[in-house]
Amino acid sequence: MAVQTLFDKIWNAHVVREQSGEPALIYIDLHLIHEVTSPQAFEGLAKAGRRVRRLDRTFATMDHNVPTTDRSLPIADPDAKLQIEMLRKNCNEFGVKLFDLGMVEQGIVHVIGPELGLSQPGMTIVCGDSHTATHGALGALAFGIGTSEVEHVLATQCLWQAKPRTMEVRVDGRLGLGVTAKDVILGIIGRITTDGGTGHAIEYRGSTFEAMSMEERMTVCNMSIEGGARAGMIAADQKTVDYLRGRRYAPAGAEFDRMAREWLKFHTDEGAKFDRSVVFKAAEFAPQVTWGTNPGMVAEVTGKVPDPASFADATARRAAELALEYMGLQPGVPIEEVRIDRVFIGSCTNSRISDLQAAAAIVKGRKVASTVSAMVVPGSEQVKIEAEKLGLDRIFKAAGFEWREAGCSMCLGMNPDILQPGERCASTSNRNFEGRQGKGGRTHLVSPIMAAAAAVAGHFVDVREWASR
Amino acid sequence: MEPFKNFTGIVAPLDRPNVDTDQIIPKQFLKSVVRSGLGRGLFFDWRNQPDSQFVLNQPRFEKATILVARANFGCGSSREHAVWALADFGFKAVIAPTFADIFRNNCLKNGVLTIILKPEEVEAIFAAIKRNEDYRLTVDLAGQKVFDGAGWSAHFDIDPFPKRCLLEGLDDIALTLAHDEAIKQYEAAHPTTIRA
Repeated sequence: MAVQTLFDKIWNAHVVREQSGEPALIYIDLHLIHEVTSPQAFEGLAKAGRRVRRLDRTFATMDHNVPTTDRSLPIADPDAKLQIEMLRKNCNEFGVKLFDLGMVEQGIVHVIGPELGLSQPGMTIVCGDSHTATHGALGALAFGIGTSEVEHVLATQCLWQAKPRTMEVRVDGRLGLGVTAKDVILGIIGRITTDGGTGHAIEYRGSTFEAMSMEERMTVCNMSIEGGARAGMIAADQKTVDYLRGRRYAPAGAEFDRMAREWLKFHTDEGAKFDRSVVFKAAEFAPQVTWGTNPGMVAEVTGKVPDPASFADATARRAAELALEYMGLQPGVPIEEVRIDRVFIGSCTNSRISDLQAAAAIVKGRKVASTVSAMVVPGSEQVKIEAEKLGLDRIFKAAGFEWREAGCSMCLGMNPDILQPGERCASTSNRNFEGRQGKGGRTHLVSPIMAAAAAVAGHFVDVREWASR
Repeated sequence: MEPFKNFTGIVAPLDRPNVDTDQIIPKQFLKSVVRSGLGRGLFFDWRNQPDSQFVLNQPRFEKATILVARANFGCGSSREHAVWALADFGFKAVIAPTFADIFRNNCLKNGVLTIILKPEEVEAIFAAIKRNEDYRLTVDLAGQKVFDGAGWSAHFDIDPFPKRCLLEGLDDIALTLAHDEAIKQYEAAHPTTIRA
């Protein structure tokens, strides 16, 4: 058989129908649902008298607009409350398994999929959310879809898809101390730009990604969409298998061992060709801080806010001018001199247990600056429980952080956790778009340890100087 | 979905690259549980700044049905609300040099045509709008071209399948269910590995 990329292996195994002049009809193994992009899909199903085709492949939770404060209190925002109740009602009426508020399985959809063992190598995984590529870290083809496609998958368990091109993003070598998976992916987006991966499925390859933990790989794949790619993936290996062993929805017993052997086949064959390839060295990457209003507008922490005049392309120059105006930044200012008001540690990019452990190690025995208000929002109830077992909550609270319940929270500010106009935030989330964290709010994307250090210092600092040796 | 018909309309220019779906429709409008009425949220923050000169606030573009934009339009979030808002406001087509993948898909599912033109063709449209107070384009989907009243025209590519879906206003779920036998065969050969 011809050599194949990881993408080709998964794609070819999921084609239900393929005719020239048509996109392929692709089978979907796992469909994850949340409260914001599903109500209109369920409404469409109900109107057409259709049912959910595969209840054993469909799972729901609420994450986007849930409050992160005391869950025993009623939800104050009537619109959020309605959307949450509507998800309950729809799941109940259609028979969809729901990880509801108050259940230990609840959390950000891209945190709980892997955590529960739902996301597995070789699968096709979709969700009405652009950060679905996160699940690609397990050697899966995972991508975000809109509500019409949510309805389509609910009804048919399939999707019409034009085959994307393949793109290799190769990084080899060891990362320096204090340089994290977040810095690697921000650095990559800075280099390929926010539409560098459009039309492609990315595979992250090379020794740098092989050396990463599963959670670090999830951080990388999570932000593929910020580079324009709907899907980002990393080959399954022994770490993937070990990660899945014993998880609630992963196969068990002899079936697990049989599947583990299958899963290990989900890698790119020697000699397989990609449509496009970009290559970097791990040593190129330093801690990153975004300065603008898209994730490709990023600099090293030791760098400066760029001068728009330095951009050769007129459109890029204008975009940089608008970004600096919105961000309230002057060209040439050292990043380390930029003072912050808020810190947010959380989101589907960086809210897993290893993220919280790394941030806690930085703040332990230190205090959040008096000018800064900081919060930690665990990615799931299970992450929260584990963090509390490890005493991380006490470390954060002693330092002056707020310790919250699981949800998307200030990553997109659909719940009450938002920035005020003009407030500047060091955030471990994935988007620094205008108004993303609250109208007029100014977001700088960073790694969890960079956010933790900035919380203490009151401005960005090179965390490499703090990292415990 | 209504079949897509050729039309002539006013073209509104949005002269910045990488316009993300958070700008097209900010988060507060995502709490809607229906598809309708989202036009009021379209570019809400840009339209609601003090003394906003934002293009859609200008009377000449109030009735625009075509939006011309820069590269990577619709990047970011998968929120289909962005398309529902554009359609509810009255837009039937968006022209740009490139679009984000998910946004483009979402448009096609809602009868909004995304037209990819060469950068110099997009530039020509921006320039024509500056020159002509009442600049209009005609969109011909079957013929895959856009043209104005002054003899300028440009060809665009579109895959045959989405083109047919748009022209015929097809319900693609019904289309898929016509292949139910193939789906059933696939399912029989591929049992789930998600433990019950």
